[in-house]
Order: sequence, then C-alpha cells, then structure tokens
Amino acid sequence: MFARAVWLILRKDLTVEMRSGEIAYTTLFFAVSCILMFAFALVREGRAPEDGAAGLLWIAIAFAGTLALGRTFERERQSETLRALMMAPAPRPAVYVGKLIGIVALLAVVEIVLVPLVALLLEARVLLERPFWLAAILAAGTTGFAAVGTLFAAMLIRARTRDVLLPVLLYPVIVPVMIAGVRGTAALLQPEVDTAILGFWLALLVTFDVVFVTLALWTFEAVMTD
Amino acid sequence: MPRWFLPAAILCGAMFAATPIVIAYAPFESTMGLVFKIFFYHMPSAWMFLLGGIVCGVASVRYLATGAARHDRTAWAAAELTVVFGLLTLVTGPLWARKAWGTWWVWDVRVTASLVSWMIAVAYLILRRYGGPGSEKLAAGLALFGMANVPFIYISVNYWRTIHPATSVVPTLPVSMGGPLWFCVASFLLLFILLFKMRVRLEEQRARLDAVYLSLDE
Repeated sequence: MFARAVWLILRKDLTVEMRSGEIAYTTLFFAVSCILMFAFALVREGRAPEDGAAGLLWIAIAFAGTLALGRTFERERQSETLRALMMAPAPRPAVYVGKLIGIVALLAVVEIVLVPLVALLLEARVLLERPFWLAAILAAGTTGFAAVGTLFAAMLIRARTRDVLLPVLLYPVIVPVMIAGVRGTAALLQPEVDTAILGFWLALLVTFDVVFVTLALWTFEAVMTD
Repeated sequence: MPRWFLPAAILCGAMFAATPIVIAYAPFESTMGLVFKIFFYHMPSAWMFLLGGIVCGVASVRYLATGAARHDRTAWAAAELTVVFGLLTLVTGPLWARKAWGTWWVWDVRVTASLVSWMIAVAYLILRRYGGPGSEKLAAGLALFGMANVPFIYISVNYWRTIHPATSVVPTLPVSMGGPLWFCVASFLLLFILLFKMRVRLEEQRARLDAVYLSLDE
C-alpha cells in the first residue's frame, strides 16, 4: 500500500516532467551556468584552485537543487493539485517519499552532466577515474540535501515569500551535508585515496540521511495537516 | 505581570551594575591578562544562547506533537532570546580570540556550530516574521531540524581541528576566579528568565487580543 502510493506519486511527477521537461531543462542549464560562472571567477591562466572542484560541484548542486525544489512544489500550487494530493487516500509520508525520490532522480540527472563538466573545466579528471566512490558520496549527499529540502519546500508552499525563504531556511540546516560532501569529494581528488577518511564522510552522510528522513516522515504529517 | 517580576527586575539590574566591580576584582589570568575578563560575559551569554536553543527546540517538538499554541509562544520567545544571547556570544568571542589566539575568527567546532545554530535561529525569526499565516508549524519543524542538526555540525567540523578551551576548564578554576564567574552566570540567567517571561506574556496578551477581535466580529 505504502510502496504503491509512493510509486504512483513518483510516476505522476516523472510523467509530468517527461512531457514538459521544464524543471529538468531549467535546472540543468542553471547548474551548467553556475559552473561556468565559477570557472570564470576562479580559473586563472588555466589553473583551477586546489580542491576547488569539490566545493564548486557541491555549491552547484545546492543551488540547482534549491531551484528544482521550488519549482516542483510551485507546479503543485499553481494547478491546485496539492489539495488533491493531500486529499488522496494515501498516507502522508508516502507523498513525501514520492516527492523525495523524484527530486533525487532529477538531481542525479543534473549530476551526471555536472561531474564531467567540473572534471574538465576545473582540472579534476581524477574524479572520473573513481566513479563508484564518487557515486556513493553524491548519492548520500544528494539524499540528505533533498530530504531536508523536500520537507521545507512542501511546508513553504503556502507561505507568501517561499522563493526567498527556502534557501534562507535550507542552507544553515544542510551545513553538515556540504562539509561532508565537499571533504569526501576532496579526498577523491588526492593522488592516493584515503579510504578511512572517505569512509568517515560517507558514514556521516548516511547517518544524516537516516536521521533526517525519519524526522521528516514524522514532521510531514504534523506540518501538512491544517 | 506576576508579583515577583518587579523585585526580580530590580535585583537583576543591581546584579548587572555590580558585575563590572566583581569582574574588576577577579584575579588576573597569568597568560592572557586583561583580555581574560571578556570571558566573564562571553561564557554566561554562550550558556544562555544554548539554553534558549534547547527551550525553543523542546517547545517546538511539543507544539508539533500536541498542537497547543502555548508551546508555540514559548518557542518564539526562546528563539528571540537565542538570537540576542547568540549575538553577544559571537561578538565577545572574536574580541577574546583576537588577543588569545591571534585571529578574529577560526573555523573551530564550537565557533562554527554556534554560528550555524545562530543562523538557524535567525532563519526561524525571519520565517515567523515574513512567513505569513500558517508559518507556526513550519517554524516548529525548522527548530526541530535545527536541534537535530547540532550533533552533525559538531562531528563534521570536529574532523578538522579544535582549539577552543574545553568545558572541563570551568570546574577546575580557583574559587577567586570561579566566584565572579558564577555570579555573572546567575545575573545572565536571571536576565534570561525575566526577558523570557516578558516576551511570553506579550504573546499571550496578543493572542487574547486576537480572540477578543474575533469574538467581536461574530
């Protein structure tokens, strides 16, 4: 029942997205523009700052993610479908999980484009040689970011100033994700990968994911009830 | 206001008037000298900052669980005090660090965790102020997430390095140093309680006024 509700919500979001492509294209282009801006600002005489790639990759993900989160729920609000979603005979946490998976899937697509771009423009080709570790760090970090972001974006849907408030509320809370994601990715940029350090950051990210998804599942019900 | 409020306020004023004298008579710390005196304001405000955060977080969880407006008012009052005492902490800290460590700012665990927690408290107030109707639950959710976040901030920043003095220093201080320090803590705690009481009362009156308006409309 729960899994089916999650699947139906996810499928609905993906179908809408496949037909319009609005959020995917805008988010993707925005993320690419971000990387270009960083490259123009920081690359001097063809040399990127040391470890810069890790930080810029995560900033681009956070910025693009904020945009995607805002748009996903804005669409529900504009077409008045949020009420229908809330009235559907599905458990509230299932709505949250469906939305969360949708956002993570969207950001995964963005990351598939971003990583090679960062690797090429910011001298981080070594990232592409360690795809499994990078995928693990990105998956855990993105899930943590989206877990908090989906809840906040959903809660803000009725607020007047939601566009401004989302980053204001979200960024201080995802500081640990940013630190762990950036440090973990920076560890991958070293000539020799230190698996102990990498494992520590990955474990921290996974713990963060578990704690915040659990909390969000509990809060979503209370917050979305009028 | 309750009957104890005015005497307590006078006592609080007298205590704060006395703190400079008490601090002046406290002995000099041998390595840091005069700048150590900042500590007498820094540590108590940091504790009140922490206390405010805890009160706000606990009240928010209770509000989410029960939906009683009383807890929401408590959380709001505590969040405002968190921002005020947090600002005191974040201003006095660098003043001290400049002299003791040689830099205004370090990305040390406590400093970073305090800054991020303070930012969450500010975000909470921004949300309450500009979120519009229905932002109470949202704010409670934010407070809950902010509180749950503190251990993660701690662990993630701790993996760099730490030069902030550990908490274990305080009980080991000599009585001549500890006495003035506890006096300052008591003054700040009293101030915290008074401001908190006043702020909660303001919100209660506001809620009562709203109820009166609503009943007039009917």
